[in-house]
Order: sequence, then C-alpha cells, then structure tokens
Amino acid sequence: MTLLLEAKESLAMALSALRTNKLRSILTLLGIAVGVFSIIAVMTAMGVLVNSIQGGMSWLGAHTFQVQKYPMFNSGTASEEAKLRNRRDITYEQAERLKEHVTLAKAVGVFCFVDFGKVVVSPRGEKTNPNVFLAGRDIDGFLANNWTIADGRLYTQEEVESAKRVAVLGMDVVKKLFPKTDPIGQTIRIDGREYDVIGVVSRRGGMLGGSGDYHVTIPITTFFSVYGKDHRLGIKVQSLTPETYEDCIEQVRGILRTVRHVPPGEEDDFYIWSNDSLIQQFNDLTKYVRLGIFLVSAVALIAAGVGIMNIMLVSVTERTREIGIRKAIGARKSNILTQFILEAIVLSEFGGIIGIILGIVAGNLAAVFFEIPPVIPFDWAAIGFTICSIIGIIFGVYPAWKASNLDPIESLRYE
Amino acid sequence: MNNSEVINLQQIIKTYDMGGAEEVHALRGVSIQIRKNEYVAIMGPSGSGKSTLMNIIGCLDTPTSGLYEFNSVNVSEMNDNQLAKVRNKEIGFVFQTFNLLARSDALHNVELPLIYGGVTSADRKRRAREALEHVGLGDRIHHKPNELSGGQRQRVAIARALVNQPSILLADEPTGNLDSKTGDEIMQLFEELHRQGNTIILVTHEEYIAEHAHRIVRIRDGMIESDQTINKRTPALADQGR
Repeated sequence: MTLLLEAKESLAMALSALRTNKLRSILTLLGIAVGVFSIIAVMTAMGVLVNSIQGGMSWLGAHTFQVQKYPMFNSGTASEEAKLRNRRDITYEQAERLKEHVTLAKAVGVFCFVDFGKVVVSPRGEKTNPNVFLAGRDIDGFLANNWTIADGRLYTQEEVESAKRVAVLGMDVVKKLFPKTDPIGQTIRIDGREYDVIGVVSRRGGMLGGSGDYHVTIPITTFFSVYGKDHRLGIKVQSLTPETYEDCIEQVRGILRTVRHVPPGEEDDFYIWSNDSLIQQFNDLTKYVRLGIFLVSAVALIAAGVGIMNIMLVSVTERTREIGIRKAIGARKSNILTQFILEAIVLSEFGGIIGIILGIVAGNLAAVFFEIPPVIPFDWAAIGFTICSIIGIIFGVYPAWKASNLDPIESLRYE
Repeated sequence: MNNSEVINLQQIIKTYDMGGAEEVHALRGVSIQIRKNEYVAIMGPSGSGKSTLMNIIGCLDTPTSGLYEFNSVNVSEMNDNQLAKVRNKEIGFVFQTFNLLARSDALHNVELPLIYGGVTSADRKRRAREALEHVGLGDRIHHKPNELSGGQRQRVAIARALVNQPSILLADEPTGNLDSKTGDEIMQLFEELHRQGNTIILVTHEEYIAEHAHRIVRIRDGMIESDQTINKRTPALADQGR
C-alpha cells in the first residue's frame, strides 16, 4: 500500500469523522486555533510595525536619520543610566560644525524640544490639552523633515537670527484653537509668552497611533532665549539619495566624533536613530513580549493537544467495531496507526489554519489602525502549521497505537 | 476439477487462559481438509467452539498448537502483518451484522480491501463497481448502508468479500439478521457463487441454512462430532479460472 494512497484514504476518513462530529470537532479545534492565533496575531502585528519602520513611514521619513544624546529606548539598568547621564549635551555649535563639513546630506536640521507637552492658549482664551509638542527648529529643520507650509509662510533667516517670537502651527493645533477663524496673524500664548502665528504646516499624519500634527514650531534661537540652551538638542539629517544613506550616516558619525573629541576606539557618545537602529531597538524592546506570548501559546497548544488526545481516545473507543472490520479485511497495524495519527494531524492542522487566518487578520488590524500596508508573515504561518502538525503527531500517537493494537475478534464483537 | 486442498487443519488446539489456573479448551484437536470449490457448513451450538474455529480459519486468530496450512502455506505461526495479508488477499468475510462502514457508500466499502491491497484508484473503482454489479447492486453504488435494506447491505458485504478474488468465502451466520425471504435470496446468491467456482465456508447453527451446503461439519465441545458429504443433484460446474 503506497503512502499516498494511505494518506488520501486517511484524509478522506478524517474529514468524514470531522463532519460526523461537528460540534465536538469544532470545540477541539478551537483550542489549537486559539494557541496558534495568539502567536500569529502578535507576530503579524510586529511584522506590520517593523515593516512600517522599514518603509520609511516612521516620523523619521525616507532616508532620514536623527542624532541625539540618548537612544530612543534604554535598557533601564543602573549602569546604562549612569553612562547616559554623564554624556555631554550635543550643542548648537557642534551642529553648526557638522553643517559646514557634511557633503553627503541634502539637509541638516537642528531642533530642540522640551520633554513634556505644552498648553497653547488662543487669543480668546481657549486652551489645548497639555500635550502640544513645542520645538525650536532652524529653517533646515523643515527641509530635513520634508515639511511643507500649507498656509502662511515659514520664518526667514533674519527672523531666526533675531530670535523673533513667531510660530508655525501643526494642523491639529489649528483645528483645536482656530476651528473657524484664520490662524495667520493671530497671537498665541505658551508658558505666558506671546507668539505671532505666521504659518501652518501641511498635515503629515500620525505614527503608531499618535498625532503627528499636534505641534508648534518656533525659531531655534527663540527657543534658546526662552527655555535656555541646556535642553535636548537633536540633529536631523536627510541624505542626498537613498543610495548614499549609509555613507551619509558614517560621514556624520565621523564628523561628530571629531567635533566632540571622541578618542578612536571608544564608542560614540551620541546616538544615531536610523530606521535600522529603530528596528533593532524595537526588536530588543519587544523580545520579552514575543517570548511571553510564545510561552503562553505553547501552554495553550499543549492543553489543546491534550484535548485532541482525549477526543481521539473517545473516537477510538467509538470506532472499535470499524477498526475490527478494517483489520478483518486486511488492514495491518501500521495502516490503523497511520490512519489515526493522520486524523489527529488533520484535526490539529485544521485548527491551526483557522488560527493562522484569524491571527493574520487580527494582526493586520494594527496595519489598518495605523494606516500602513498589511503584512502576511509566511514564515510564521509555516512555523505555526508545523507546530500544529507536531502536536497532532505527539498527541495522536498514543490513541493511534491503542487503536492499532485492538484485537480484531474482540473489536468485531464490540457493540 | 482441481482437488487441491485450500485448507488443511491438523490437530488444532486452542486454549484460552482465563487468568490464574483456569483454562478454557475451545478446540481440542480439530482436523479438517477443505478442497477448492467445496461448499462446507460448520455447525454447532453456541459454546461448541465453532466461532473459535471460524476465527482460526479466517486467520483472525492463531491456534495454541496444531498445523494450519492455507494453500499449502503454514499460517499457524505467522505474525500479525502476514496474517493481515492473508486475510486481505485470500479470505472474504461475510458477517451476520454485515459490518459495513456506516459513513461510507457501498462503492467505498467494497473498495476497502483493495485499498489495503494497494490497488490503484482507477483499477479499484472499476473492480469495486464490477463486484457490486455481480451481486445485483450496480444501481446502488453510491448509497450508504443506512439507505439500503438488510439484504442489500449483505450483498454489499458479499461484494466486498469477493472483490479481491479470495480463495475462500467465510460466512458467519450470513442470514441471522435477515427475514426468511431475504435470507433465502442471500443463500441463492451463495449457491450461484459456488457454481461459479468459489469455495464457501458457512458457519451457522440453523439446520435449514446448513442444508444449502454440500458438506456439513458438526462441532461439539471443541471436537468434530460428524463430517458428512451430501450428494446434490447439481455438481459444481467447471472451474472458472479461479
């Protein structure tokens, strides 16, 4: 008897057994489906997020990177904290030196911001929530961000040099404070200081669920005069072309090391946020989340496997007579063994497929939510499917072995 | 006519160990020879050992001692897989309770021995269809057992028994679950099959069923009580190449 023939026969039988006991089969499948679902859903969601970063859809924008004193996420250990605390700030002068020397960048923008959100007050006394992102930027800061002005104008170099109290608003701030009136020419107040609104930045959408348009930008010099120079300073660099992106990162790294007098052989005393490093950090950060989900799913799958074993044992008992008939007409032990193991595998894989499909759908809800392209994690689907098959084998072997060792005479008499 | 022995049982003893010192002697030295194209009835009251004898002849069980040759091959010491192969190729079972797979249609039920015999799909379907036509069920091949009458179910079972062209047809009370009219039809079918050259062994406790056979072997207390050949007016026709 060829294996293919046997597999085909067993598959047909397994499907007919599933059809006969619909409710029972569905309940058994459910356990497997849930276990696989959680793995696939989480891995799909992670894939969507990583993909969105890779696709340059993060706030970094296409072939853009950012230099800051701190990494985006830190490990939180005491030694790491101490090391980061002792780092020297990146200064405006260092950024200026970088601008002079860099050749592979299309734009080098400097920006400065405060850690927490600000309240912005309109002339009529209306207030925003205290979560407006206030930053000081130079003019190149707009170029490096690929920001365009939707309304009004950007501040001039003269206004930057003379630290004018002017502001460019994000769309959501406009929507909140000036829902009906033209914001240009109005005066807003932040921390008790007045700024003239001269422009509005085009909508750029959110990243990871946050609003990207809840911001106010003022000239960087104005920011220094109001909040002092010791605030977090960042440099945003856009490379000339996508091809020169890596080279540009290395060039900026080299210039900054020179400017900041980092001895050769020592690690950078600043951090470059590129899409690659973002993915790296994202993966590091979510490592334990994934591990946790994996363990929980493993427990769920083992529980589901026990369920399969239970239902297979019931099935063997119920079908004792059938086994007797098959043996009487010439089925060998191995035929019966294969039949029942395949049945357990089919049951398990059926649940697995349901889990995989639902998991991919659920994981891609993240994509819909963040308005980024969906992902189908073929690798994880294959892994999930394999795991199901293995569970089917492991938990199907004992019932199948039991079935194959039934005595044909006893089985034929079984009522 | 070929007079070679299909079945040769020599001093078959079967003892069941019921645990402890207790033993049941189901067969206590049974010797029978059955030739090709014989139509034998094995009779005996319940507890006589006839079921045990049938199980041994059907290679479902092995004797405790004694020699069993099937087509001159010693099967008394075969292992499970070898016995399964003999059952598949050489023995066609017909049971009192039909023993069809309830979820499968007639065609698939008849195909089953061919599946275990490793016959390819197209060949299998053709042969199963032919076997069903042979027992007069050519128009019922896609009916499931619960859509068939008792007599039709037994015909499916007979088709299944015949599909691998076995050396013997082993029928255990084949009319036990049928009304007398249907039972007679089934017995006529057996006679027809016998005329076509099949070797038939019928196990029954009913005298009028046993009378269809040409030889009656009576079992009592695990031993052969009598073995008589009945002269029938219609001798078996020529061997049809089996």
